[in-house]
Amino acid sequence: MTEAPLPTSASPVPAAPQKSAVSWAMDVLVWGGVIAVLLYSVNAVDLGNISRLFSGNDSMKMFVHDLLRPDFSDWRMFVAKMWETIQIALWGTFLAVLFGIPLGLAAARNMAPQWVVTPVRWIMNLLRSVPDLVIGLLFVTAVGLGPLAGVLAITLNTAGVLAKLFSEAVESIDKGPVEGVRATGASKLHEIVWGVIPQVAPLWTSFALYRFESNSRSATVLGLIGAGGIGQVLFDSMNAFNFKAVSAIVIIVVIAVTLIDTLSQIMRKRLL
Amino acid sequence: MSSSTAAVASVRDVSKTYGARKALDGVSVEVGAGEMVALIGPSGSGKSTLLRSITGLHPIDPGGTITVFGDVVQQNGRVTGAVRRARSRLGMIFQQFNLVGRLSLFSNVMLGALGRLPSWRGLFGVWPGADKAKAMAALHRVGVSDYAAQRANTLSGGQQQRGAIARAIVQGAKAILADEPVASLDPVSARKVMELLVELNKRDGMGVIVTLHQVDYAIRYCNRVIALQKGKVVYDGPSTGLDTKRLIEIYGPEYEDAFWEAKA
Repeated sequence: MTEAPLPTSASPVPAAPQKSAVSWAMDVLVWGGVIAVLLYSVNAVDLGNISRLFSGNDSMKMFVHDLLRPDFSDWRMFVAKMWETIQIALWGTFLAVLFGIPLGLAAARNMAPQWVVTPVRWIMNLLRSVPDLVIGLLFVTAVGLGPLAGVLAITLNTAGVLAKLFSEAVESIDKGPVEGVRATGASKLHEIVWGVIPQVAPLWTSFALYRFESNSRSATVLGLIGAGGIGQVLFDSMNAFNFKAVSAIVIIVVIAVTLIDTLSQIMRKRLL
Repeated sequence: MSSSTAAVASVRDVSKTYGARKALDGVSVEVGAGEMVALIGPSGSGKSTLLRSITGLHPIDPGGTITVFGDVVQQNGRVTGAVRRARSRLGMIFQQFNLVGRLSLFSNVMLGALGRLPSWRGLFGVWPGADKAKAMAALHRVGVSDYAAQRANTLSGGQQQRGAIARAIVQGAKAILADEPVASLDPVSARKVMELLVELNKRDGMGVIVTLHQVDYAIRYCNRVIALQKGKVVYDGPSTGLDTKRLIEIYGPEYEDAFWEAKA
């Protein structure tokens, strides 16, 4: 079977598309700019001292030596403190979900009027933009050293993040089932409980689990500023140059966080 | 006027404007209790808009009035506070069924009770035993009680639509508004759904207003037909009065496309 010639075969084949001069100039400007800023910042970040990392001074030698010989003699205390960190993350995430649900519904354009959506989004952005370490410092001042400061710091920051994720899930729902519920004579609250929540529940749960994962990591860091948990012990051991204990703590943290990550991933996969 | 004898819906001088387009243009119709009425007309003629206006799913332009079983539901361009009571008396059937996909068929049918149960019961899903029995009876009546425990989104279109009708029964609706109830179904399921609507009309005395793409279905199942064209009522009378001349007026020369199975 012979192929019939295409009607356009008589006209010449057009040339391959070429990059225009303007787009070349833009590329040079953008990449050149990035390189220029990097070079300009070499001194600001002390990059000249990089050789110190390999010069092998005595404290570094001791550090590495001890890190390779973890000391688990205090493991009961470490595990108890790790558990405290996880409890901080658990309560922080739970409270954040409680605040995140009404905020997330109020920030969804298909649920609330614009005069509610705008200010709620403002509050959410504010909560999210302040790092939890900074909020943690504030709460350490307010409620004193200890796990409560960590819980509250995680709650505020995570509530902002979850409310945003929740509201985006709500905005993408199918409005048909909601109308179906509305048409039975249901109230607005009924519409949310029966029409909206069933549609977003798997996604919301997945978001909450994911935040719990990352909160167990941030709760460790929060310990460094005195907000309770394993981080505080890590910081104290560090200051006491007890690197063997530091090594043991880091190993426990890595194991615990990996376990939580894996568990939560399995649960999230089952949900979606 | 007591609600049992009042008209299902009384629509007076209703217009609905979307931007520059008039979806409804001065429509006045009245549907009495126990009537079975088909709303026909080409796509975009305003059939669905009229049904959605009656159940207060969107506000109409100022000037028109809609009354449902004696309650004014739309006036001065606003949906009134009486709309929830009116909705609980109207069972709404949608083209896309509008069941909540992740809930079981049974839960979906139970939602029909939301309008008349105390608010907290509805909120937490604490359904009284009598209502549960009612829901199962309704599912049995429409022939899908075997699937009660299944998630709605695992069922076929015909099964879901029959579930939606069961929801209207549990609601204790006095009338059914069905918006293209068979447009997404295969012909066999479509006939079953239409026969169910006729049965609810004949046996339970429910008023039925049903929008249909298919003229043959309108003629076969409904006594009265209201035809809309560009938002205006162009025919309102017995379905036997729909002759070829009328249909060409409503649908234009391609009117035969408006038949599903065969020209009557």
